[in-house]
Amino acid sequence: MNRREFLDILWKASLTAGLTGCDRLQNISEADYYALPVQGDARILHITDTHAQLLPIHFREPNVNIGIGGARGRFPHLVGKNLLAELSAASPRDIHAYTYLDFTESAELFGKVGGFAHLKTLLDRLSAEAGGALLLDGGDTWQGSGTALWTRGRDMVEACNRLGVDVMTGHWEFTYKDSETLENAKKFNGDFVAQNVKATEDALFDGTEVYDEDSGHVFPPYVIKTLNNRRIAVIGQAFPYTPIANPRRFIPDWTFGIQEQDLAELVAHIRSEDQVDAVVLLSHNGMDVDLKLASQVVGIDFILGGHTHDGVPLPVLVDNSGGKTVVTNAGSNGKYVGVLDIEFGASGISGYQYRLFPVFANLLKPDADMQAYIDSVRAPYLDKLTEPLAITESLLYRRGNFSGTFDQVICDAMRNVLDTEISLSPGFRWGTSVLPGETITMERVLDQTCMTYPETYVREMSGEELKFILESVCDNLFNPDPYYQQGGDMVRVGGLRFSCAPNAAMGKRIDNLQLNDGTPLDASKRYKVAGWATVAAQAPGAPIWDVVADYLRAEKTVNITRGNNPVLKGVEGNPGIEDYS
Amino acid sequence: MELNRRQWLRGIFALCGAAMLPSRLFAATPAAFKATDAKAVFQDLFGDLPIEESDAVNLRTPDIAENGAVVPVSVSTDIAGVESISLIVDENPNPLSASFNLTPDAVPDISFRVKMGKSSTVRAMVKTSDKVYMATREVKVTIGGCGG
Repeated sequence: MNRREFLDILWKASLTAGLTGCDRLQNISEADYYALPVQGDARILHITDTHAQLLPIHFREPNVNIGIGGARGRFPHLVGKNLLAELSAASPRDIHAYTYLDFTESAELFGKVGGFAHLKTLLDRLSAEAGGALLLDGGDTWQGSGTALWTRGRDMVEACNRLGVDVMTGHWEFTYKDSETLENAKKFNGDFVAQNVKATEDALFDGTEVYDEDSGHVFPPYVIKTLNNRRIAVIGQAFPYTPIANPRRFIPDWTFGIQEQDLAELVAHIRSEDQVDAVVLLSHNGMDVDLKLASQVVGIDFILGGHTHDGVPLPVLVDNSGGKTVVTNAGSNGKYVGVLDIEFGASGISGYQYRLFPVFANLLKPDADMQAYIDSVRAPYLDKLTEPLAITESLLYRRGNFSGTFDQVICDAMRNVLDTEISLSPGFRWGTSVLPGETITMERVLDQTCMTYPETYVREMSGEELKFILESVCDNLFNPDPYYQQGGDMVRVGGLRFSCAPNAAMGKRIDNLQLNDGTPLDASKRYKVAGWATVAAQAPGAPIWDVVADYLRAEKTVNITRGNNPVLKGVEGNPGIEDYS
Repeated sequence: MELNRRQWLRGIFALCGAAMLPSRLFAATPAAFKATDAKAVFQDLFGDLPIEESDAVNLRTPDIAENGAVVPVSVSTDIAGVESISLIVDENPNPLSASFNLTPDAVPDISFRVKMGKSSTVRAMVKTSDKVYMATREVKVTIGGCGG
C-alpha cells in the first residue's frame, strides 16, 4: 500500500466512525474515544500479557497469523484488511491498533500504546463509570523487561497491586524459581488462581507446599467475587504447557496440562454448590485452545483469554452441548483493555457488551502516583536501560508466524558474534517494535530477550537434527488440533532457508533446506549452530542480550526490511497472510 | 478418618513396599508384552472377542507429555464385570505397557505411568467376558522450548 491508499483507508474509516475528516484524527479526546456507557449490571475489565511494559511502547500486530483446518479465515487468524473486513466500523486509531497496516506512518501519527500509568487512568475511569468493576489479569505480567528480571518479578507484583488487579493467572510468572513464584503470589494483593497447576505425586509425597492437600492444587483453582450483588466465579487457567515450552527445572514439583475434564467437573461443582450468577474462565490457553475448550466444556459463560497475543476486536460466540460460551483475547504489551459488561435478567445472564479498547498513551493523562512508582522502579537501572546501542533505519518488530525484523537482528548478532554458520532464535510473541530512525536502546533489546534462561550456546548439529527441530516447532504452531499447539510462533533462523507447508502433516512441512549461499543442507553433515533460551540444562554462553548489544554497538546502524522467511506452500489466499514475501 | 491426598499416597507407598507381586499375577502373558505391534497384542490378550469404542471407558492422559519418560495415565469405567484393563501405546517398540487383572470386587479405576518414546495413539482396553471396550487418545511427545 502506498501513502495515498493509506490515506484513502483512513478517510473511509473515519467516515464509518462518524468523524468529520482527517483533521480531527489527532484532536479526539479521551472523553470521546473511551466513552462506553455501561450496559448491564456488572463490568469486568481484562488485561493480559502486558509483559512488564511499564512505559508506553509501539507494538506492531502481525501480517502473518495463519489459521489452518477449522481455524482458517476465522478470528484470530485474520490480519490487516481481512481483519478490518469483519468490523462494521473502525476509526483510524482502531485500524492502527488492530492491524499492521502502514505501521510506521500510523505509529508516528497516533503515538505509543500502553504503559501502566496510562492503563491506571483508563481502568479507573472505566471502573468509576460502572460504580466499581472487577479487574482480571491473564498473566505474562511479571516478565518481559529488565526491571522485572532484576527484581525477580517483584516490580510488577507491586505495579499490579497499585493497578488494583483482583484476580490473575500465569505463565511466564512460573519461570522464576518455584519458591519465588509462590513468594510473588503471596505479595500479590489479589487472588492468583489456576485450576490446572498441581503438585506432582512425588512432590506431594516429599512435602511440597500446596494450597489444597486433597486435590494437590498449588494455587486456588477459582475465586468468587461479588460485584453489585452478583456472584461471579473466576476460574484460573494457567498456560497448560509451561513445563514443556519453558524450563521444567524451575518448577520441578508442578504439573500442568489443559485438564479439560477437571475443568468440566469444577464448573459443574461451582454451578451446583456456589450459587453463582456467572462463570468466567480467566485463561492463558491461547485463543485456539480456548475456542476448542469452549466447544467441549459446558457451563462457562465467558472465556477471557490471552497467551497468543491476539488483539481480537470482536468476541467469538461458541456453541456447546449445554449452551454458548463467549471467547475473547485481549492482545499484549498493555496495548488493550477488554471491557465486558454483563446484563442479568430473571433467569441468569440476559445480555452482554464487549469492547477491546486500544490504550493510546497520548489520549490518557498518566496517573501521577503510578508514574512516580514506575520512575522509582527504573531509577537504579536507568543508565543501563537507556544506553544507546545503534540506530535503526528500518522498522523493527517481532510478532508474526515467521521471522520479524528484530528477530533477524538477533539471528545476525549470534552468527556474527558467536561465529557460527547457522543461528536459531525462539518465536516468542512478546517484544516491542522500534520505528525507523529511532535509537535501539538496551531497554528495547531487553524487551525482546529478557527472561531467566537467556544463555546462548554454540554446538554442532546435523542437517537431520536441524530439520527435526524445525518440524517439531512447526507442529507446535500448525497442528490442526489446537490442544497440541503451544501458542508460540515458528523458530527464527539465520543462515538457513527453507520452505514450509503449514497444512502438511507433522514431519512433512519443512523442505528445501539450504544454507544462505544456496547449498542444500546435508542431513548427515554437521553444522555449527548458535542459539539461546534452551529449556533443558542451563547453556554455557553469555546472555543473549549481551550478544545482541555487542553486535549493535559494533554495527552502529541496522537496516533490515524483511525477516528470513520461508517460502510458504499451500496457503495461497489464506486470510491470515498479507504482504508476505 | 478421611485421608487427604498426601496421606493416601503415603499409604499406597507403604502397601507397595510390603507386597511385591509375584509375576504370575500379571494379567497378560509374556508374549503379549513382547509383541511389537498392537494387532498382535489384541490377538494375544483378547483372541476373537469383539472390540468396540466406548464412552464408558474414561481414559485420562496429558495431550502433550511433560516428560515422555513418565506419562501419567488413568483408566476408569462403570462397565460391569470387568476382567482386565490394559494399556497399549501403538508407537512404543512393545505396545503393551500395562495389563491389570481385576477381581470381581475390585473398583475398575487405576492410575499408573508409562514411558513413551514418541507421539502415539494410546488405547485403554477394558475386557469383560464377552466384549472388549476401548477408549483412545493421542499423546504428543515433543521437544520443548519456543513457547510464547
